[in-house]
Amino acid sequence: MKPAAFDYFRPASLSDALALLAKYKDDCKILAGGQSLVPAMNFRLARPAILIDINDIAELDYVHADDRGLHIGALTRHAAFHRRVVDGPLGALFSAVARHIAHYPIRQRGTFAGSLAHADPASEWCLLATTLDATVVAKSARGERAIAIGDFFNGTFSTDLEPDELLAEVHLPPMGQGWRTGFYEFSRRAGDFALGMALAALRIEAGVVREARLGVGGVSDRAIRLRKLEERLVGGAASQEMIDTIAREAWASVSPIGDIHATPEYRRDLVATAVKRALTEAAA
Amino acid sequence: MNWIGRSLPRLEDPSLLKGNGSYVADRIGNAASVRFVRSPLARGAITGIEIPSGTVVFTGRDLSGVKPIRPILHRPDYVAIGQPVLPVDRVTFCGQAVAVVVAEDPARAEDIADRVFVDIEGENAIVDLDAALATGTAPVHPEAVSNVLVEGRMKTAGLDTAFEEAAEIVTLELRSHRQSAAPMENRGGVAVYDVASGRVTLTASVQMPHMLRTGIADALGMTESDLRVIAPDVGGGFGQKMSLFPEYVVLVWLARKLKRDVAWIEDRRENFTASAHGRDQAFSLRGAFAKDGRLLGLDADLRSNVGAFSCYPVTCGVEPLMALAELPGPYDLAEYGVRSRGVTTNTCMMAPYRGVSRPMLTFSMERLMEVAATRLGIDSVEIRRRNLITAFPHRSPTGLVYDEGSYLQAMEAAAKSVDLPAFRARQAAARLRGHFLGVGFSVFSERTGYGTPAYAARGMEIVPGYEIVDCTMDPSGDVVLRIGSSPHGQGLKTSLAQLVSDELGIEPHRIRIISGDTDATPYGWGTFASRSMVIAGGASKLAAGKVAHKLKTIAAQLMETTAESITLENGWARVSNSNQATAIGVLARAAYHQSHRFKGLSPGLHESAVYDPGGTFSNACHVAIVEVDIETGGTRIERFIVVEDAGVLINPMIVDGQIAGGVAQGIANALFEEIIYDESGNLLTASFADYLPPTSAEVPEIEIIHMETVSPESITKAKGVGEGGAIGAPAAVVNAIVDALSPFGIQLFELPATPQRIREQLRRAGVATHG
Ligand SMILES: Cc1cc2nc3c(=O)[nH]c(=O)nc-3n(C[C@H](O)[C@H](O)[C@H](O)COP(=O)(O)OP(=O)(O)OC[C@H]3O[C@@H](n4cnc5c(N)ncnc54)[C@H](O)[C@@H]3O)c2cc1C
Repeated sequence: MKPAAFDYFRPASLSDALALLAKYKDDCKILAGGQSLVPAMNFRLARPAILIDINDIAELDYVHADDRGLHIGALTRHAAFHRRVVDGPLGALFSAVARHIAHYPIRQRGTFAGSLAHADPASEWCLLATTLDATVVAKSARGERAIAIGDFFNGTFSTDLEPDELLAEVHLPPMGQGWRTGFYEFSRRAGDFALGMALAALRIEAGVVREARLGVGGVSDRAIRLRKLEERLVGGAASQEMIDTIAREAWASVSPIGDIHATPEYRRDLVATAVKRALTEAAA
Repeated sequence: MNWIGRSLPRLEDPSLLKGNGSYVADRIGNAASVRFVRSPLARGAITGIEIPSGTVVFTGRDLSGVKPIRPILHRPDYVAIGQPVLPVDRVTFCGQAVAVVVAEDPARAEDIADRVFVDIEGENAIVDLDAALATGTAPVHPEAVSNVLVEGRMKTAGLDTAFEEAAEIVTLELRSHRQSAAPMENRGGVAVYDVASGRVTLTASVQMPHMLRTGIADALGMTESDLRVIAPDVGGGFGQKMSLFPEYVVLVWLARKLKRDVAWIEDRRENFTASAHGRDQAFSLRGAFAKDGRLLGLDADLRSNVGAFSCYPVTCGVEPLMALAELPGPYDLAEYGVRSRGVTTNTCMMAPYRGVSRPMLTFSMERLMEVAATRLGIDSVEIRRRNLITAFPHRSPTGLVYDEGSYLQAMEAAAKSVDLPAFRARQAAARLRGHFLGVGFSVFSERTGYGTPAYAARGMEIVPGYEIVDCTMDPSGDVVLRIGSSPHGQGLKTSLAQLVSDELGIEPHRIRIISGDTDATPYGWGTFASRSMVIAGGASKLAAGKVAHKLKTIAAQLMETTAESITLENGWARVSNSNQATAIGVLARAAYHQSHRFKGLSPGLHESAVYDPGGTFSNACHVAIVEVDIETGGTRIERFIVVEDAGVLINPMIVDGQIAGGVAQGIANALFEEIIYDESGNLLTASFADYLPPTSAEVPEIEIIHMETVSPESITKAKGVGEGGAIGAPAAVVNAIVDALSPFGIQLFELPATPQRIREQLRRAGVATHG
């Protein structure tokens, strides 16, 4: 459990990092919090020839909100969200979700952006980003591009990032006071990856759902946005009956993966339960 | 001053807590790094091993002079299997060491190991227990055509009648999936070669240092005096570190071959794939019950998957023979029939793991009681009340003699502590709100502190059991105790010091205990099987008692009285009914420096004693209250209560620690941990990402109530308590889950009861999540 040999760079600026990425491309990997990459290297499942450690790049370490929404720099740690980073429902949701990610020490190092770049299908941040219409800002020596989250994930551990690109920022649209959110996750132990989870956000006006966001994670090769079910929610009341209907349809609409921790049937059950509980929380 | 019975803070802790502990990995020095190349396949013929040029790599061919590890049981139904230290022609499980790399540092050693190419012609592996027993499978070892390595049977004369007369016959198929002891510190060893003497010192993370010395010396054909084995601080063992593993033989071989120091520090993946597992068992039970709930007869077919080889020295008989002998547990059973088999497969070897078979035995008996209670309409506690042993000594159908215990009293105390009527009311109210709570009981006996007779009865060629202790008081009145036991986290040094303090009338901190060094301690068996407090404790008491007697004799001569009228306390030898006293330090000095004055006494204060008891049974009742989430199958243990009777408690805090740790491992067994192989014999749970020990978030506060039955079978009056927690917990937890789910009529007979398994039963019972 010692990594294979690698070269190591620790650039102090984004431009230096991008220059290194441009030079080494496929041979290199970015090291952020190291909470996924380092174990993979110790198991020799990942054998990058070169590591580019971005932890000294102060300009990537920020999280701030403006009228366009929330901007999360690449070095923002999970633990940054223990406190509310923005007023209103979005900040509250982030802190509620953060507590489900791994354990306290891991949250001090692991990054939000690293979670997205790593693209674990059971990552809470990937589900949150998928459900809430995040945009990923990728930078390279060639320039910058914005990637809609729907185009970002290609599958388990696979994204649209090019080898020379760095995920510099994640942007989330603002969420006004009218929104209510709910999140439910089932994992074997505190801090484990989810076997099934759901995130719901509803904007309810006078008892009627005006806007809805609903996503599930830990189920297939990436987080899934349940847009059809969102449409069904809009225009009616978030009643118990409606929630049960949505849960049933979520159950029917997913085709979960199976592994040693959960069979497809079991994951399907968890999806229904998670959707029901997330919606119930959001509608409360 | 009485030191026995006090929760003295552990003498071991200050150094451990300050980071001054010294484990194998702290003792590497300048040793070269050793890495084992392991088989990627579970079964096949080795057709070649390609070694990168310019590297130091050895294979089985280089070690052809080394004898295989081949433990023996003298029983007609035992097939001895030799485990080659490094195989030459065949691999038998995935992860088996096939070559060894020596390099300057661990990363380079791993680089080289990656480049050693082992060419294996793969064959179909046998992984599953019952598949191995199916006829027509190509045997794992040609010596054992049926794949059975050990088998025991017995049947009492009245068994058939018992079944004929039964009002209810309960048939159960029970399954325990495989587990790893998962000690916090993996295995590891440093072999240091002394150029001047040619001796090798092996420092290793082990539980049985003397046995390791014997085993390695035998394998390498060297004399034991050329080898010293040291067990330094050891970060947990739980049985996994009892056995002689090939890796340790190879380390000593390398040190002698290369005439240099070599170190192997196992990583977690190796520990999961290639150390030892346990608890892979399938039991078929038939219980014949009378109308009033009395168990009249029990018929059992017990299968244990013992993996690819037989563990040394206890052999692959350890699980199956324990199962055979102890299945009836705490119940007064007259008629018993059993067939118990140890089955070999292409998987990692089975070795003892805390509780050995008894977690599964207890699970089986306690599930049997519950099912019978439900069928016969008798209350859970009542059916046990009608079956528990209440007269002592009790002779079991397998010939075990149970000493004084408190089976019934412990259960009654446990039932009282949860206030069953109040719980039932709360349970009913909670159900109306869609919350499913259940209570589960588990009553069991724990055979502890057994000496040579018990091991000899199994037919072991190497018969462990006794302990020798040397007790020396030096001229300043301080004591050194040299023990053959090898504690590794149990706080034994503290408990022994308390015991010896009371014998000698000095304070515990003046007693130094030396263990885990074959050069510095008498030959002994190490620490396992809930034995050390009873056996090493007994020998310590006897040895210290002899020193005390000598001190009293000296004191009597100095103060012109009789030895009988002297008591040793608080550092003084006092003459009873007088105010005459002499400091123990003065007596000690006199024993060494004025020995000519004491007629009939040898100089100095050095005594030795042996203790080899027959064994004593501890007992306990565990109660769990569990809430089940019927939509996820998730469980939460709300309360866990242990009523434990381990005789007299030398240090109650240490006993509580043993119980709590054991229960945590029992909860792991009940709900979380499972070693999973795929059908080709690849291990799918080779890290803590996939093998899931519970954390402090999943283990509740353990409430402990003590009973203290004094047994004549233990001279310290203490019974063993190391394994009970792990033995009782699975049954209590699963019984609670079944009770919680009783509205759905769900039964569970499989360990661990994972959310997925629970949910599957609920789904079958028509409990949907989506409606
Ligand atoms: C015991 C344990 C439990 C865990 N439990 C959970 C859990 O419950 N939920 C969860 O979501 N996660 C969990 N994790 C993973 C953890 O959250 C990681 O921190 C996260 O997945 C990756 O973030 P990181 O900053 O550590 O990335 P790293 O490990 O440094 O990198 C991960 C991958 O992303 C790439 N990368 C990182 N940053 C960038 C960037 N800015 N641009 C481009 N590529 C980049 C790296 O090159 C690498 O391929 C757990 C980890 C551990 C060790």
